[in-house]
Amino acid sequence: MDMQVAKKKLGLKERYAVMTRGLDWTPSYQKMEDIYPYIAYEGIKIHDWDKWEDPFRLTMDAYWKYQAEKERKLYAIIDAFAQNNGHLNVTDARYLNTVKLFISGISPLEYVAHRGFAHAGRQFPGPGPRVACLMQSLDEIRHAQTQVHAISNYNKYYNGMHDFHHAHDRVWFLSVPKSFFDDAITAGPFEFMVSIGFSFEYVLTNLLFVPFVSGAAYNGDMGTMTFGFSAQSDEARHMTLGLEVIKFILQQDPANVPIVQRWIDKWTWRGYRVLTLVAMMMDYMLPKRTMSWKEAWEVYFEENGGALFKDLARYGIKMPDCAAQIALEKDHLSHQAWSTFYNYAAAANFHTWMPDEDEMAWLSSKYPESYDKYYRPRMEYWREEAAKGNRFYNKTLPMLCQTCQIPMIFTEPGDPTKLCYREVDYKGDKYHFCSDHCKKIFEDEPEKYVQAWLPVHQIYQGNCFPEGTDPTVEGFDPLAAVLKYYNLEFGRDNLDFEVSEDRKNFAEWRGQATKNV
Amino acid sequence: MAVAAVKQYEFASADTVDKFHGAQLLYIGWEDHLMFCAPFAFPFPPSMPFGDIVAGVLPGAFGYHPDFAKIDWSKAEWLKSGKPWQPDAAKSLADNGLKHKDVIRFRTPGLTGIKGSFS
Amino acid sequence: MSTVFIALQTNEDTRPIVEAIVQDNPSAVVNEQPAMVKIDANDKLVVRRETIEELIGRPYDLQELQINLITMSGNLDQTDDEMVLYWNA
Repeated sequence: MDMQVAKKKLGLKERYAVMTRGLDWTPSYQKMEDIYPYIAYEGIKIHDWDKWEDPFRLTMDAYWKYQAEKERKLYAIIDAFAQNNGHLNVTDARYLNTVKLFISGISPLEYVAHRGFAHAGRQFPGPGPRVACLMQSLDEIRHAQTQVHAISNYNKYYNGMHDFHHAHDRVWFLSVPKSFFDDAITAGPFEFMVSIGFSFEYVLTNLLFVPFVSGAAYNGDMGTMTFGFSAQSDEARHMTLGLEVIKFILQQDPANVPIVQRWIDKWTWRGYRVLTLVAMMMDYMLPKRTMSWKEAWEVYFEENGGALFKDLARYGIKMPDCAAQIALEKDHLSHQAWSTFYNYAAAANFHTWMPDEDEMAWLSSKYPESYDKYYRPRMEYWREEAAKGNRFYNKTLPMLCQTCQIPMIFTEPGDPTKLCYREVDYKGDKYHFCSDHCKKIFEDEPEKYVQAWLPVHQIYQGNCFPEGTDPTVEGFDPLAAVLKYYNLEFGRDNLDFEVSEDRKNFAEWRGQATKNV
Repeated sequence: MAVAAVKQYEFASADTVDKFHGAQLLYIGWEDHLMFCAPFAFPFPPSMPFGDIVAGVLPGAFGYHPDFAKIDWSKAEWLKSGKPWQPDAAKSLADNGLKHKDVIRFRTPGLTGIKGSFS
Repeated sequence: MSTVFIALQTNEDTRPIVEAIVQDNPSAVVNEQPAMVKIDANDKLVVRRETIEELIGRPYDLQELQINLITMSGNLDQTDDEMVLYWNA
């Protein structure tokens, strides 16, 4: 009888050493600084690249194997979802607007992340981080592609998703996530790793994916849940990379600590401002809520981030100062954000609405300090006016923050009745900010942020109309011209959910799905 | 502090006044009325009389609010860059000292939004 | 004391893994959420290959966990035999 004798395999640590460091070589006829030209100018000092190790010890061969398995699982479900008219199983058609927000606001960032990690990885002389960045770069393009595939099923039936990438580069509020990522990829490789790898992936990504994906599951959206979890399975690796990179940089040289601290302070705030969209999604856009924004912030930032920064204290890193202001904003953020999109519903690629009585009761219970006192009165007023046929559409363009590019909607820390105004004079011009933190980020690098492509200013400069538009003709309608430039159709892709084609179609199709017609 | 860069890093501001076809930007906020989620941005010619803003522009921007019709403009308190400021309605924006990207706010004493919620 | 956690998709692959984690970590608290399960522990959480293998009755490679992993927190150290999440402070 033949006995199968298992070949002695290398252990995980040995395999990792052979398949990463073992594949690297020392250049002999080119200078290191010519091969890696961007590694010194940020001021970060690295003495020994071999000190960096991926704690998952994932090698490229294992990477392909597990990623292939994830893809097989994902596409089996996406097919089943499409074959089974899965789009009609979501709680109600309002939910679809979270999908629109995701495809136009987040998926394009996945693609930019792919480019960013490819670039950063190329610049690192150490094979450990280079391989990890390569994997993450591949993950990110996979995320962009699987999200587009999964959401294309919705695009067949519902409005606002048809030209998401075009929208991402143009629509006013999408300049917020877009400029956030543009800021990161135009930084050096170390700052990029701290901004996206650490601050976004490690500190904040749980707040993006976990509530969004769990929310999708809770609202019957199997397609989104599946790509979300499939992407999220890569995120755990990204978070690990982010944390290891930070620890590695900090251990290499004490002079790195203040630079890294400034980056953590900046990018925690920048990332948090982008998550404003997630806050309103959780509290207002999911017909069935999983947890409130405030609860998610407490679990994933205050508790988990608290543990993280306690751990990093031994390197001399502290919790970013902005955490104090964020704690004050957590009772207000989602309400201020949803009010904003309710204001500007005529210029967005998704629908908004006012919460019903039960939903307002939920908001009161989750936000006992703030909702009834500051937000319920305006929302009830809006609801009453809408019922009378006088739905509020704000048609005057808002003032934007120069750094985060969000309209100046945020209130003074500690005083929810006063808007927060900050300004700086720089080279003969004024610049305005929503907060002390956005102002400080500008003051640290004004040359960068004076270039900001602020949608409101661009509209007034005449850069956001279709080619050949003459804004001086009698009766010129700027909103109509801007929507054309966005490739959005007035009355179909925008306005209130109540009057939307989505609402009407969903009701009709769901009716057909549950009874004989 | 400056941007860390591999070579000289200098770019023009995207929003200098020369790019607005003869207009300059003015931001206007109404205190205690957060139903309007943010202050507004307007492009105005510097020669425009300030009074034309109050009479001709603000009703279109803020008129939806039930408090707007109750405003007594003689009692309105103005702020420019957060400091008390007194505009002259008959004078132009330029003669009122308003420059490109200035921000002004007005407070309307006694009016505090929907049910006093500052909305 | 700080909390470390691991979150996994809720499915047939992860059921025995969750069971193994609970067996090996006395401080583990299992938190069921829509389509996912989050396990919190004090300061340290260990996923042991042997415990999983005993429960599923076949050899198991801890890297298979990647397929069903959603998120985690803490410093990580993975070998052939165990995956450890921990905080130093």
